[in-house]
Amino acid sequence: MFLKNSLYAATALSLFTAGGAAADTITIATVNNGDMIRMQGYTDDFTAKTGHEVEWVTLEENVLRQRVTTDISTKGGAFDIMTIGMYETPIWGANDWLVPLNDLSAEYDVDDILPAMADGLSHDGTLYAAPFYGESSMIMYRKDLMEKAGMEMPKAPTWEFIKEAAAGMTDRDNDINGICLRGKAGWGEGGAFITAMSNSFGARWFDEDWNAQFDTEAWANTLNFYKDMMDESGPAGYAANGFNENLSLFQQGKCGMWIDATVAASFVTNADDSTVADKVGFALAPDTGLGKRSNWLWAWALAIPAGTQNEAAAKEFIEWATSKDYIELVAAKEGWANVPPGARTSLYENPEYQKVPFAQMTLDSILSADPKNSTVEPSPYVGIQFAAIPEFAGIATEVSQEFSAAYAGQQTVEEALAKAQEITNEAMEAAGYR
Amino acid sequence: MARNVTNQRKIINTTAAWAVGLLIFFPILWTILTSFKTEAQAIADPPIFLGFDWTIENYKAVLERSNYGRFLWNSIIIAGGSTILGIIIAVPAAWSMAFVPSKRTKDILLWMLSTKMLPAVGVLYPIYLLCIRFGILDSKIALVFILMLINLPIIVWMLYTYFKEIPGEILEAARMDGASLKDEVLYVLTPMAIPGIASTMLLNVILAWNEAFWTLNLTAAKAAPLTAFIASYSSPEGLFYAKLSAASTMAIAPILILGWFSQKQLVSGLTFGAVK
Amino acid sequence: MATQHSRSAARLMMAPAVILLLGWMLVPLTMTVYFSFKKYLPLRGGDLGWVGFDNYVRFVTSSAFWPSVMTTLIIVGGVLAITVILGIGLAILLNQPMWGQGMVRILVIAPFFVMPTVSALVWKNMFMDPNYGLLAHLWEFFGATPVEWLSQASLTSIVIIVSWQWLPFATLILLTAIQSLDSEQLEAAEMDGAPASKRFAFITLPHLGRAITVVILIQTIFLLSIFAEIFVTTGGAFGTKTLTYLIFQRVLESQNVGLGSAGGVYAIILANIVAIFLMRIVGKNLDA
Repeated sequence: MFLKNSLYAATALSLFTAGGAAADTITIATVNNGDMIRMQGYTDDFTAKTGHEVEWVTLEENVLRQRVTTDISTKGGAFDIMTIGMYETPIWGANDWLVPLNDLSAEYDVDDILPAMADGLSHDGTLYAAPFYGESSMIMYRKDLMEKAGMEMPKAPTWEFIKEAAAGMTDRDNDINGICLRGKAGWGEGGAFITAMSNSFGARWFDEDWNAQFDTEAWANTLNFYKDMMDESGPAGYAANGFNENLSLFQQGKCGMWIDATVAASFVTNADDSTVADKVGFALAPDTGLGKRSNWLWAWALAIPAGTQNEAAAKEFIEWATSKDYIELVAAKEGWANVPPGARTSLYENPEYQKVPFAQMTLDSILSADPKNSTVEPSPYVGIQFAAIPEFAGIATEVSQEFSAAYAGQQTVEEALAKAQEITNEAMEAAGYR
Repeated sequence: MARNVTNQRKIINTTAAWAVGLLIFFPILWTILTSFKTEAQAIADPPIFLGFDWTIENYKAVLERSNYGRFLWNSIIIAGGSTILGIIIAVPAAWSMAFVPSKRTKDILLWMLSTKMLPAVGVLYPIYLLCIRFGILDSKIALVFILMLINLPIIVWMLYTYFKEIPGEILEAARMDGASLKDEVLYVLTPMAIPGIASTMLLNVILAWNEAFWTLNLTAAKAAPLTAFIASYSSPEGLFYAKLSAASTMAIAPILILGWFSQKQLVSGLTFGAVK
Repeated sequence: MATQHSRSAARLMMAPAVILLLGWMLVPLTMTVYFSFKKYLPLRGGDLGWVGFDNYVRFVTSSAFWPSVMTTLIIVGGVLAITVILGIGLAILLNQPMWGQGMVRILVIAPFFVMPTVSALVWKNMFMDPNYGLLAHLWEFFGATPVEWLSQASLTSIVIIVSWQWLPFATLILLTAIQSLDSEQLEAAEMDGAPASKRFAFITLPHLGRAITVVILIQTIFLLSIFAEIFVTTGGAFGTKTLTYLIFQRVLESQNVGLGSAGGVYAIILANIVAIFLMRIVGKNLDA
């Protein structure tokens, strides 16, 4: 009897202590990018401040997307926080699948988030995900090779110049490719790149009645230009290269130019990983004089699925991870070049950060991207390297597979475009747009 | 003279077999070697085979980043649990098919095998919804159960073919001596069937350990096994060959070692009735 | 021989396995069939009503359907051919007297223990990468231009990777079968002056018939559903989209559960065609 009573007492006591500290365990699904992995390393700081424990589910991008999409659309509740992007957030927000982030604390200073990022992560003016880092795309180039080729990179070059420079920098004997670009299938890989590039060539995915536009000259020009340039000056197997493959090629000094995410700037200028750290210059993504540049806009952001048991703790985590304090913490420990970029205005006003070589170009690129007005001719969709409709990811993945097959020489550009046209119209019909 | 010829042949055989064996094993060996290199050495041109600075940095980095112990433990529980559960269900079924065959036995067996051909991805949503309904999402129980079901046809088939090789006369003799069905199974059959059961269990552990669709899609943090562990190393930013190799080595080492130690048992029972 | 009593006991013992598998087959199957007649789009609010056979028509009329069936058959056929032929060769080799047979066997069966995801990652990055891969270095060493494996020889590459994984299995089964071959019969034939090729064709090969059937049967079951190898290496690009992968694309990438479910039903039909076909051979060869 005594034993039983004391057992009750002990249980009650432990319940009380647990309740008193209000310590929860939150499960976070995230992508295995460098900045997120760094964030995991600082989890202890969060736990020390709030008492909440964190369970990480770190997955490669494709697996992550598949995983979180299944879970949110079935209301599975396996995660308290999901790492998602600018494509998913407005769609999921519109479905009421995410907890609105409209009651964040005053010291979080939500107005400090770059307007371009906040816009892209909102639906109907309500913020549904907080940007952990944001990016546009820009040119990263080797100053030494550019000089050797006797050319000079303007601040805002054209595609013609890029093609010429790429040919000039290419040195096959020394394993140097003038230009490295994404060709890998997948809407977020080569699909994103070619879509952003096509904007500068005057192409668009859909006309205002949601008809696919791959039968237009603008698309043919985009693809032919890309393929000609890459066949002439690109690396072997470029049709299978994504962000990561190109990053290692560039870090190993095998690329003259690389047009990709602005976050890559900190990786290619980091002397620990990059053999060309001190030789990298930056420029705005190229255009063709039609009024649109070929840079995109993206953010990896943290969102809370509706219905989670740990909403309060999840919000605390988001406030911690995307705060000014977190940036300061990383800056203090690893230097300003390694803080998560592209999310907050105050970061770019910080004189310390302005000393980072790629800071200004990153900001300029982000500011020049306009998701609501991304194409030369009018289009019915929001988004630069994607169209923010639920069907896009599936369609664009299939379309980019056809493109990659054309890059690899398995079919002609014309065949790829004809198939793309068919795939897209078919899927849009199935979804009831046409 | 004759002896000489055989020796010569033996040398040729040995050389050829070792060459082929090493060639087949090479990808694994290369992965293990790479896991001890620095990232820069991992992609060195020309490639370095042994003359690099051996380092365990990659293992340290992986252990620091991921809770390897938990992934490993989950893998062990899921693979082990589904195997034990599967054996408990499969042994009686295979036994009755082998010793009390009916006209439909073979049809049932082939039907069982055909359930394995359902494409898993086609039923992801239904199964996911069921797991939510029963509250077993991200639990080891769900995976133990599902992997058991996936592999059950193979287990039944393998045990059946093994049991069939046990001569029926022994059973008859036991029956004459008045052994009950229970005695028959417990004292006569089981001892004879142990090598087959052991081999079946091994095969099932391997299959369950390596299953990468359900284990990845039905787990989050609590029940995630080594297949999910690998998914966090497959293509991060920057150079990753060495860390990928270290993570790969850690994911396959336990099952590789188990397989090697028990390869005799595995081989002796892995016939699927191929030998008559 | 079997009494009524043991018959009913046998049924009872079989019941758990049969009922469980029946459930495992019927529950998802019913749900798949149910979804396949629905317009079910999770990202557009889920269940949007009945659509009759729309999904079925759409799935087969899509330009990706027939190529995916072909790709599936090529991969399955290619891997079967390679593993059976090389498996027979290896089994014969391993059956010869030699030093360190056990050790060689350990080396040969090792790939069977490797997770498909891991083997795909290792092959893709460390062997088939056109810049850093070992095969590229090897080609360069001989002065050749490295092959862009996964983009230009994509199907071949996948067949290589999958064959590597399954060769040990085939070899093991065939080796066990060869070991059971009466060596006196072979020696007698040798004495009679039968050349090695004849001895192989008339004694060894017929003896292996059963084992080859088993290898084909078991491997087909696994090969029809390979997924990780494609997901990791090409993501379905470059003509490597199998039927399974196409369904994955419809269900998960396009988030069209109805359409994907219709694809699932087709895959089940294909699997059953293959199963019936296999049963015919197996029935002949496996009369147990």
